[in-house]
Amino acid sequence: MTKKILNVENINKYFQVKSKKALFRKPASVHVLNDISFELLEGETLSIVGESGCGKTTLGRCLVRGMDASSGNVYYHTEDGQQIDFLKLKGKHSKQYRRNIQMIFQDPYSSLSPRMSVFDIIAEPLIANFKLSKSEVEQKVMEIAEKTGLNVNYLQRYPHAFSGGQRQRIAIARALIMRPRLIVCDEAVSALDVSIQAQIINLLKDLQEQFQITYIFISHDLSIVQNISDRVAVMHLGKIVELATTESLFSSPKHPYTEALMSAVPQPDPELKKSRIILEGEMPNPANPPSGCHFHPRCAYKTEKCVQQAPELRQVADNHFTACHYAEELNLQGVQDETASAI
Amino acid sequence: MKTLPVFKRQKPAVISPAKTKDANYSSQWRLIYLKFKKHKLARISLVILAVLYTVALFAQFIAPYGLQSYDSKYVNAPPMGLHFIDADGKFHFKPFVYGLKSERDPETMRKMFVADTENRYPIQFFVRGEEYKFLGLIPTSLHLLGVEEPGRIFLLGTDGMGRDMFSRIVLGSQVSLSIPLVGVGISFVIGLFLGGISGYFGGWMDSVIQRIIEIIRSFPTLPLWMALSAAIPPRIPVVTMYLYIVIIFAFIGWTDLARVVRGKFISLKNEDYVVAAKIAGVSDGKIIVKHLLPGFISYLVVATTLAIPGMILAETAMSFLGLGIRSPATSWGVLLQEAQKIENVALYPWKLFPLGIVILTVLTYNFLGDGLRDAADPYKK
Repeated sequence: MTKKILNVENINKYFQVKSKKALFRKPASVHVLNDISFELLEGETLSIVGESGCGKTTLGRCLVRGMDASSGNVYYHTEDGQQIDFLKLKGKHSKQYRRNIQMIFQDPYSSLSPRMSVFDIIAEPLIANFKLSKSEVEQKVMEIAEKTGLNVNYLQRYPHAFSGGQRQRIAIARALIMRPRLIVCDEAVSALDVSIQAQIINLLKDLQEQFQITYIFISHDLSIVQNISDRVAVMHLGKIVELATTESLFSSPKHPYTEALMSAVPQPDPELKKSRIILEGEMPNPANPPSGCHFHPRCAYKTEKCVQQAPELRQVADNHFTACHYAEELNLQGVQDETASAI
Repeated sequence: MKTLPVFKRQKPAVISPAKTKDANYSSQWRLIYLKFKKHKLARISLVILAVLYTVALFAQFIAPYGLQSYDSKYVNAPPMGLHFIDADGKFHFKPFVYGLKSERDPETMRKMFVADTENRYPIQFFVRGEEYKFLGLIPTSLHLLGVEEPGRIFLLGTDGMGRDMFSRIVLGSQVSLSIPLVGVGISFVIGLFLGGISGYFGGWMDSVIQRIIEIIRSFPTLPLWMALSAAIPPRIPVVTMYLYIVIIFAFIGWTDLARVVRGKFISLKNEDYVVAAKIAGVSDGKIIVKHLLPGFISYLVVATTLAIPGMILAETAMSFLGLGIRSPATSWGVLLQEAQKIENVALYPWKLFPLGIVILTVLTYNFLGDGLRDAADPYKK
């Protein structure tokens, strides 16, 4: 049994919205993250998938404290077994533990300051957290640059001189330089083209093996998710609707929303006939969510119960959690050929 | 799946900034400079502005006559031409001006000046004239150019009191060119401070500051100027008056800059690289200094440059209306006061010369600002 590294409990996030009529009224709020809880084991890769606007990125940012969660707790387990309330850390302790959780952003163009040389970008977290001499900093930057496949001769250049893939390597080097135990990859490869995606993913995997890094991999690309992750959490409208091991989730999804997502995975085999489930309508407005199960307006299997009552996330199989009233009754289609969609 | 090729380390990496012309090694500022250098109009403008400010700096030396000097014999004299060839067709190596004879127009009986070709006054350089303090420090009487007594040199004519226009334009440029700089400087500081608070902290402070800005901006400018200049006591030294006027301009001018700063703070605060720095544990102060300020300082330079012509025009307008600088101190706006009379414009058009200088200055500042904006915009090729 591997150790836990992170315990996420009941994270909620509200965004206040200004409505046009709200000059004297209390501003409305959107419930972006709704009671998110999960555990993260050391060394694993947990993917978070879901359509645009479901709260994936917000969750990621709340976990690294790039954004403050409205309520809930995140407990970080140190290497010697201590449990630390991560979201309430302050001052010196904050620095000590926060450097263990780093983030890689989606857009390698906006996540690197255009006004700093690559060397300064990579060295910045190091200088902010440790008191090191110039030569020590230099040595560490060189080391990490080589590990991430950056040409050390180009470190004095500015980010504008690099391609998207190289920039993402710089971002990875910056996240990695403090030797974090957990890295949140927020759509880390979705801005790159497919061949570069493969390179970056291989790099992330190599680094995981070398340094025992745990990843939270936020993505909407199911092929990549299937390839890289140990477990997958499916999010819909700020809630986790299904959480299972990759194999179990892809072969036998238990939530209709997951099934619909699976059916959208492109299949390279043209012979394979597949019925694609097309969800009707758009994602419900998070400011005014539907009653009961949030998915019911678009669900093909809905009953009166779904409209009335919100399902809880419950265990339906070994390591398989889902939030659907009829998880056991429904026979849902997963991805048929598992290897076919691997990149 | 293939593993990645790892780049071979070719030679020990150089950490000192590479001094190459390769754009890949160029910082943001260098890229801006390189782009600015390509902008011809802006470069020419920069040269013209440099000339104008040099003239303003050495105004007392360049002007043949001082602020107080007038000559009632030469009222409304036209600009004198510089000549090389005299009435007899003889060439002179040194340029000269003719003396002025006053005659009466036989039809209108109006007094007018004609060139007196009998009296030639060659232009002399580094002549002794009125006493002044060079750069406000060294007492001297040396002037760049002049003519021998009893001759006079009026390169751009004289005004209704017989004062040399050229001297007054040169001397007036000291006020007209420096008030905008000081005014923009003060409003820059106020705008940066209040706009920064507004943008970085947000919340109720933002609301209060924005409402104040809106109130100030909704005042009609002209009555506001009148009210403020009415508050200036009438008999005070020129320097104090100058200070008051600068403060009036800064009071109105900071609102624009505060808005620019606020907008930039808000947009940069949520940039990924700022969030990344925050996650990496970089302190707030360091984020502001290393990420936020460099992010918009180039836009601020542009906004400031483009704010200066507005102030030049405002000073001119205020002085033109008699609300700003008052005689005997002078500025371009004061000089243009004479152009309020239609008689002056119709009969003595050289009194409009200051207008040309104002237009030139405003245009050059605008071109310079355009050039800087194009250079600072990373998306423009």
